[in-house]
Amino acid sequence: MRRLSISTTMALMLSTGAVLAEPSVEVMHFWTSGGEAAALGAVRDKVVAGGVAWADAPIAGGGGDAAKTALQARIASGNPPAAMLMLGQNILDWAAEGMLGNVDALAAREGWDAALPQAVQDFTKVDGHYVSVPTNVHRTDMIWASKAAFDKIGAPYPTTWEDLNALAPRFLEAGIIPLAHGGQAWQEAYMFEAVALGVGGAELYRKALIELDDATLRGPDMVKVFDQMAALRGMVDDNFSGRDWNLASAMVINGEAAMQIMGDWAKGEFTNAGKSPGDDYACIPVPKSAGDGFVYLVNSLSLFTQEDPDMIKGQEVLASAIMDPEVQVAFNLAKGAIPARTDIDLAAMDACAQATSAALATNDAGGTAVPTFAGTHAANASVVGAATDAVTTFFNSDMSASDGATALADAIAAAK
Amino acid sequence: MATDADFRTRLQDWLPRLVLAPSFAVTLLFVYGFILFTIVLSFTGSKMLPRFTWVGFENYEKLFALPAWNTAITNIAIFASLYIVICTVIGLMLAIFLDQKIRGEGMLRPIYLYPMALSFIVTGTAWKWFLDPGIGLQNIMRQWGWESFSFTWIKDSDMAIYTIVLAAVWQTSGFVMAMFLAGLRGIDNEILKAAQIDGASNWQLYRRIVIPLLRPAFLSAFVILSHLAIKSYDLVVALTGGGPGRATEMPATFMYSYTFTRNQMGIGASSAVIMLMTIAAIMVPYLYAELKEKKA
Repeated sequence: MRRLSISTTMALMLSTGAVLAEPSVEVMHFWTSGGEAAALGAVRDKVVAGGVAWADAPIAGGGGDAAKTALQARIASGNPPAAMLMLGQNILDWAAEGMLGNVDALAAREGWDAALPQAVQDFTKVDGHYVSVPTNVHRTDMIWASKAAFDKIGAPYPTTWEDLNALAPRFLEAGIIPLAHGGQAWQEAYMFEAVALGVGGAELYRKALIELDDATLRGPDMVKVFDQMAALRGMVDDNFSGRDWNLASAMVINGEAAMQIMGDWAKGEFTNAGKSPGDDYACIPVPKSAGDGFVYLVNSLSLFTQEDPDMIKGQEVLASAIMDPEVQVAFNLAKGAIPARTDIDLAAMDACAQATSAALATNDAGGTAVPTFAGTHAANASVVGAATDAVTTFFNSDMSASDGATALADAIAAAK
Repeated sequence: MATDADFRTRLQDWLPRLVLAPSFAVTLLFVYGFILFTIVLSFTGSKMLPRFTWVGFENYEKLFALPAWNTAITNIAIFASLYIVICTVIGLMLAIFLDQKIRGEGMLRPIYLYPMALSFIVTGTAWKWFLDPGIGLQNIMRQWGWESFSFTWIKDSDMAIYTIVLAAVWQTSGFVMAMFLAGLRGIDNEILKAAQIDGASNWQLYRRIVIPLLRPAFLSAFVILSHLAIKSYDLVVALTGGGPGRATEMPATFMYSYTFTRNQMGIGASSAVIMLMTIAAIMVPYLYAELKEKKA
């Protein structure tokens, strides 16, 4: 009996050892909402099917702020996760710290260079190494419009800023709030970048928000951007401040408000409410006065350097799973974004996603696709934070457009 | 036998020290050690991770040039002064009224004290809903027929800081009341009777005798309220999220966002040091006075 129990124990120990030796991958992320979790599930299924154990490490809260703090603690204790969801400049920062490994061999084998647009490569391939694996691309310069509201005043969807500004009084007359807006600092930052590209064009956007050129930030074109921001300030209801973005989407969904300027993650709210694009709502890019443009945000899982070969194997399987064309489509059907690859068939996706994906391809080719500023792709967190302060202060006051532009330039100069 | 007794005395000598040692060591490391670490960091160019590149007072210079920090300082000045004064006045009044040997005091006391049992997050969220013009007080008043009623402080950049005072006062004044009540119960009745025989009016009684005798209670209330004010973070986050715009930014929210979300650890650390120094400026004279009194 004793011998039996000893051998059982040994067998158990052996099998535990076997479990430990199995390739595994720990994924740290902040995708905790229903659609996001479902999207990640598509990746997980593929990884598990590839014989790799999936350790989920979700950290909810603050649009990733909480996860960022947790990551800092993990790094400080010398125990980085295998993969972590990070945005933009953060990836470049961690790569500069020498913390990120790469999957170059896999990327070369699977031909990622040809599959990913330059815009995506800018934030996943650092110094020629693929340190991060892109799951999807979001477009942030979007207007979500209620068809019912536009039908009520009998107007077509706006294609210029003049059209849009002229619509506001007509909506008010019809008892509809022209612009649904959630007055939280980060939402105003996204609205600002959409207006900056829409009014100023890709050239201004690059100079002002990527190169942080002081003369451009203080120039007349920036004042025009703030003029339009002031016009939008006049279209929101009195109760906007502090509202969550999905509540603002709900106002468009139930026809209480006509439009919302928000990234394409808002589509999930419309889909969950049983609305379909074209019939109930329209997804239109923000008007462009100075040439075409596209503000993109890349979501990707960054790979931290690992020593254990099983962990490295796990990272490879994860990377390959994310880039799998079927997984890319399944992921983005659930998340409401578009695939990072531009070489796959999107027949399964809705009209909004197809249009956005096509726009990404043309803008990427035309050099008018610009990285998101609010999502810390264009500049680092300290600059974006300071600029966000200036923009949100402007939007919540009756400051003049030129004062707003000056405040923004001062804030960026101080944080650079 | 002698050695036995000796051992027991020695053990009795050492036992308290042995028992206290772990918590002492932990406090030393995790409180004072990290305070030192923060001070060190505030003189370095740390961005995302601690980096020991010395930059002197550069972080402090940057800090005081930031409009957000100036907003935070102004806000804490408004908030702390109003919060401390109003809480003390309301707490004292409630305590005096409750001390009139009224019926049902046992029931009234906990009613005033219970808000303290809530976390600031709960208080903040509840007050956010209550003050929200769309769903809270204003909406209710309008539904009841008072169409012109308007109360939009929480959406107003200039007034939002006062909503934080409002919620914080609601939360803490009951607690201050309890402290004053304990002080009142500690006053010798003989003194009051003697004063009454001398013909002192009720007003004189309180102004000249009771309130001066409550000095220790005032001091404790002040110390507790001032440190609650300076570290107020959760209430702001729950009630206004620092908004509208950045109108209700406080030193604590500033410190968190600069250290952990904006990769400006050096500036964040220097703001934490400034907060520590502010608290120290309040606490050190108080502790000094307390210790001196005990010696005398």
